[in-house]
Amino acid sequence: MIRVVLPAHLRTLARVDGEVKVEVAGQVTPRAVLDALEAAYPALRGTIRDQVTQQRRAFVRFFACAEDLSHESPDAPLPDAVATGAEPFLVVGAMAGG
Amino acid sequence: MSKVRVLVGTRKGAFILTADGKRERWDVSGPHFGGWEMYHLKGSPVDPNRIYASQSSSWFGQVIQRSNDGGKTWEAVGNKFAYEGAVGTHLWYDGTPRPWEFARVWHLEPSLTDPDTVYAGIQDAAIYRSSDAGQTWQELPGLRQHQSAPVWQPGAGGMCLHTILLDKSHPDRIFVAISAAGVFRSDDAGKTWRPMNRGLRSEQIADPTAEVGHCVHRIAMHPSRPNVLFMQKHWDVMRSDDAGESWKDVGGNLPTDFGFPIDVHAHEPETIYVVPIKSDSEHYLPDGRLRVYRSRTGGHEWEPLTKGLPQSHCYVNVLRDAMAVDTLDPCGVYFGTSGGQVYVSADSGDSWAAIVRDLPSVVSVEVQTLP
Repeated sequence: MIRVVLPAHLRTLARVDGEVKVEVAGQVTPRAVLDALEAAYPALRGTIRDQVTQQRRAFVRFFACAEDLSHESPDAPLPDAVATGAEPFLVVGAMAGG
Repeated sequence: MSKVRVLVGTRKGAFILTADGKRERWDVSGPHFGGWEMYHLKGSPVDPNRIYASQSSSWFGQVIQRSNDGGKTWEAVGNKFAYEGAVGTHLWYDGTPRPWEFARVWHLEPSLTDPDTVYAGIQDAAIYRSSDAGQTWQELPGLRQHQSAPVWQPGAGGMCLHTILLDKSHPDRIFVAISAAGVFRSDDAGKTWRPMNRGLRSEQIADPTAEVGHCVHRIAMHPSRPNVLFMQKHWDVMRSDDAGESWKDVGGNLPTDFGFPIDVHAHEPETIYVVPIKSDSEHYLPDGRLRVYRSRTGGHEWEPLTKGLPQSHCYVNVLRDAMAVDTLDPCGVYFGTSGGQVYVSADSGDSWAAIVRDLPSVVSVEVQTLP
């Protein structure tokens, strides 16, 4: 079970409180986590990554285990601590004014 | 007794303002979708409980919301706006080619006959249609693939398709307006399009009378006379009596003919409203006075409407989709400002009152007249 922390606006959109948990079959990567997240919460499609290009939206960041993983390959394995559920995968809205 | 429901989109959420037919006492609901930019909300003319809303943010992109109960509850529906076929290029601000790129939905126009059909005008300029109540969206690519599209350029706000007009007497006819390409008309339900900019003159482009390239800010139509169109251009207030085939200047005695919104009285097709703005480099009211101008002659002769509006130290703007009229008698006129005020006139503009004064900056105002 993968723990995912969403920013407040996306929690509202997905109608969830606190962390969400998703199941990932196979290797735990950002792409696999986001695929599972969007399947469970279709309202999040297009809000974290572009629906057409699948690129991470510019003002969204991915953190885990105190590391910024935003620029890693979406197919790179996430840390074991995320894969085991010990640590969450954080989706963060960048500090960008407004 | 009839009621009105005013749908207000702001930079930080949506608000719904309701009143009975007197339009004196208002209930204010919101913010809905707090913190998100709400470019436009509009209800279906055949099912007023069906409302579509464009919700977007620089962080999280585009969301489309749909309500089936008049705005009490909402459901996120489809938000995939993929360009169909080859994307192609338009001109960027510096004159270089730039691929079309989706930014946001500026305008939602529900069908005049089917509550499940709705059109979307987007940036970069294209038109989409959904026939399943917003679940999926299909581009009408003939517009973006028009032979003139490679030389379209964005206005200051982006290359947005911001106006969609439907014509009940010609079900296959659609007008759109794009900043800064101009007006286009389709007579075959969006398959093919023709520029409709003859008579426009824009000194900001190399050929002031070019077929495309004009920064049209908004166009409006009275449903009983669909061949008569009114336009607020970047500069100039214009009129067409032949469904856009040609335009003539009707700015007349306006203090300035720059502005964004233009709208038509619900029962008097020759009565139109604009809000003159000082200039294209000073997007605020001239002389610090908030004056709506009304023409009862379809243009040329204009009168300032000031009763109830601030007449000193007022420097707000009124954006292109931030004016609307209801269909009560007398006709109600509404507009919202960049300062967060929403004003109503329940007497066709003779006098005004603020419904709310301190909302976030208002982007759009629509009104529904309810039984």
